[in-house]
Amino acid sequence: MNKQEMKDKAFDIRCSIIKSIANCGSGHLGGAMSIVELLTYLYYEEMNIDPKNPTKKDRDKFVCSKGHAGPALYSVLADLEYFPIEWLNTLNMGGTRLPSHCDMNKTPGIDFTTGSLGQGISAAVGLALAQKLNKFNSYTYVLIGDGESQEGQVWEAAETANQWELDNLIAFTDFNKQQLDGYVKDILNLNKLKERWESFGWFVQQIDGHDFNQIEGAIRNAKETKGMPSMIILDTIKSKGYIPGENILENHHIKLSISDGEKAIEELKRREGRI
Amino acid sequence: MEIAMRDAWGNALVEKGKTHPELVVLDADVSGSTKSILFQKEFPSRFFNCGVAEANMVGTAAGLASAGFRPVVNAFAIFLALKGTDQIRNAIAYNNLPVIIAGAYGGLSDSYDGASHQSIADIAIMRAIPNLKVIVPSDSNQAEQALEYALKQESPVYIRLNRNPMPEIEKSEEFIKEKAIKMIDGNDITIISNGITASFALEASKELEEKGYSVELINSPFVKPLDEETILKSIRKTKKVITIEEHNIIGGFSSAVSESIVKNNVCCKFKAIGVEDTFTQTGDYKELLSFYGISKENIVNQALKILN
Ligand SMILES: Cc1ncc(C[n+]2csc(CCOP(=O)(O)OP(=O)(O)O)c2C)c(N)n1
Repeated sequence: MNKQEMKDKAFDIRCSIIKSIANCGSGHLGGAMSIVELLTYLYYEEMNIDPKNPTKKDRDKFVCSKGHAGPALYSVLADLEYFPIEWLNTLNMGGTRLPSHCDMNKTPGIDFTTGSLGQGISAAVGLALAQKLNKFNSYTYVLIGDGESQEGQVWEAAETANQWELDNLIAFTDFNKQQLDGYVKDILNLNKLKERWESFGWFVQQIDGHDFNQIEGAIRNAKETKGMPSMIILDTIKSKGYIPGENILENHHIKLSISDGEKAIEELKRREGRI
Repeated sequence: MEIAMRDAWGNALVEKGKTHPELVVLDADVSGSTKSILFQKEFPSRFFNCGVAEANMVGTAAGLASAGFRPVVNAFAIFLALKGTDQIRNAIAYNNLPVIIAGAYGGLSDSYDGASHQSIADIAIMRAIPNLKVIVPSDSNQAEQALEYALKQESPVYIRLNRNPMPEIEKSEEFIKEKAIKMIDGNDITIISNGITASFALEASKELEEKGYSVELINSPFVKPLDEETILKSIRKTKKVITIEEHNIIGGFSSAVSESIVKNNVCCKFKAIGVEDTFTQTGDYKELLSFYGISKENIVNQALKILN
């Protein structure tokens, strides 16, 4: 894909997320919308995966440690035909295979179950370690939230990944500066986030998380860096693309009707010059 | 009127904050959900948002309590009771520090966040920790009473709360004397509810009465200490008992009751209603409850089976 095609894809994914959450009536829209460029780049460009064979042993893996962003991942997986697109209309309803939080028991294409914050990154350390033990030439990608980074477990995982020199582990922080109760800086500031990860022995880059060129470059650098795990801090905007939710305090769990969703999609089209 | 238990809890914290200057409130980035935010608004200097770091919050509360404060820690029940277990046990309970541990969104009440957020093992774990009292309020009144009770203790209390508006039952002062509440006198069968199942049990009892059975209905917000006197007296009379709780049937309220039955050599027919040792799923709260058998209908059916 060229960069314009990636942008188009990201736009489609954003619309799909808005529609599926609007259909359900509410959801974690804020934290889903901020990771769309990352997911688009990983799933359409970078990862060695085969939707026809989602359990292939030596595939690259992705763990969405901030499991509440599941709906973003579902829109990507549906588009890649891991499962029928109609499933998106069942998002988070009784009996669904697409619950609000990522669940590998229920959804094809989900590499690890998450929902309890802080746990996904440890599981990703285990997945990356297993890839090394199996001598697979594959990567584990993991996404954590900035609020999630307050969990002590995240830093325990950071230590082990460094100790075991897991250079096949590429982590991302969705640094959207917001968590559930408000702004990260007001609740528990992540002082010197970049230096912190560096001091844990990780190769750290900080980039614009909505810029495909920068994502591409950072992942290339990460892969070229041997002997240590990588952290790519993504400067992002919570709710990016669901315009009514951008730059407001309460955008974690958003209520919206189907017509709110339609309006928001029109608004986004206009902003992106698509009409 | 039905008030969501979490709103009642937040308001009760504010009320008690006025008369208890030593009361401090902690939350783990879910104050908008637990409603401890109401306390923050009123007493910003006595409120501490610890971020998404439950274990650290619980440990911090232990320190505050040992220095003479009365901390109330708030988070989702599952993350408080399960991520903070070691700290609850070793820092709080072992030292017998009077921390109030308020587990919000108990049972299936965080219905749309699915299995990872639904708390069906917390009672079992909390109950097995010495020094720790365990209360599951049935409605908003009982949530307020539980706070009142906990503030009078010199030991820690786990209060497991619910997210949603549920029907109120009649208020009783028996509860804060650590007593189970006798709601209806009867002779044929004993039905004991715990937590928000109280209103289902009440409806079921009425239906059974209409079918000609005499039900003894008890509500027991306390899981520990359990009011064995009231409960066993009733079971000795009716020789049939149904327990109902919003928890796994392993280790929770029904286990507490059945242990006490066996320990005291009481002979009876027994049925525990609750989640049948399975992980639960996402969906509408009331639908989920009835899917897992926590409903008036299931109580009636199970009662009829035992009665006949
Ligand atoms: C262990 C744990 N504690 C609390 C929660 C409830 N919770 C869900 S999302 C969230 C905020 C997460 O903030 P962040 O990681 O920054 O995610 P984002 O803002 O990107 O959505 C919280 C506290 C949880 N899922 N897991």
